Amino acid sequence: MKIQLRFFASVREKLGLSEETVTLPDEVTTVGGVRAYLQSRGGLWADVLADDRALRMAFAHVMCDAETPISEGGEVAFFPPVTGG
Amino acid sequence: MTVRVQTADFDLSTEVANLRKNNTAIGAIVSFVGVVRDLNDGQNVSAMELEHYPVMTEKALDDIVAQANARWALLDTLVIHRVGALMPADQIVLVVTASKHRGEAFAACEFIMDYLKTQAPFWKKEQAPEGARWVDAREADDQALNKWGISANNAATDSASPDGASA
Repeated sequence: MKIQLRFFASVREKLGLSEETVTLPDEVTTVGGVRAYLQSRGGLWADVLADDRALRMAFAHVMCDAETPISEGGEVAFFPPVTGG
Repeated sequence: MTVRVQTADFDLSTEVANLRKNNTAIGAIVSFVGVVRDLNDGQNVSAMELEHYPVMTEKALDDIVAQANARWALLDTLVIHRVGALMPADQIVLVVTASKHRGEAFAACEFIMDYLKTQAPFWKKEQAPEGARWVDAREADDQALNKWGISANNAATDSASPDGASA
């Protein structure tokens, strides 16, 4: 499955990347699965997206949890807690 | 119902005048203006950069306004949130709510701000003498949303499940 990744704020800065199109292995079917897949790249990815990081996730522009299913062409975003207003 | 995300400043009087125009059913208007402070967490702030997630930001703000409309009889609402470079004393956010009577407008305005603080994808980066730093989410903001019966965990230090947006 091919999806679009987006990174924001401190996550974007630490990764040095704001977006990426990625083709996922078949076994990756959820947002949490995408996170684990990216962690498996190791290095910065394992650190910035580590399980104990305060990371928020969105699928299709809606905040979601790790169990949220993904679909072809969808957009998955990772970012820190929000601080607007 | 209007939601705008913009780099430009806004003028409260102009915005309220536009909102009132041709709507003589309005009996109460409440507005909130958020402003950049020059001191945060004991550090002098000389400038700020506000980042957001285009598309999701508008969607989140639309959802917040819809939630307010589901709770109170509102005649109109306006939310403007600025992004990009901001300086101390600059206006960041404007929320205007209009209703027949004051109770709804007061409550809805506070609700929209409380919701926005923990649910809308904006991030502040402050420029301080020690260098630039991303602002941390505050638990007090989660508690502010809790008082409306919506549990928020934006400030949690782990990868908490999503906040009350879907509740």
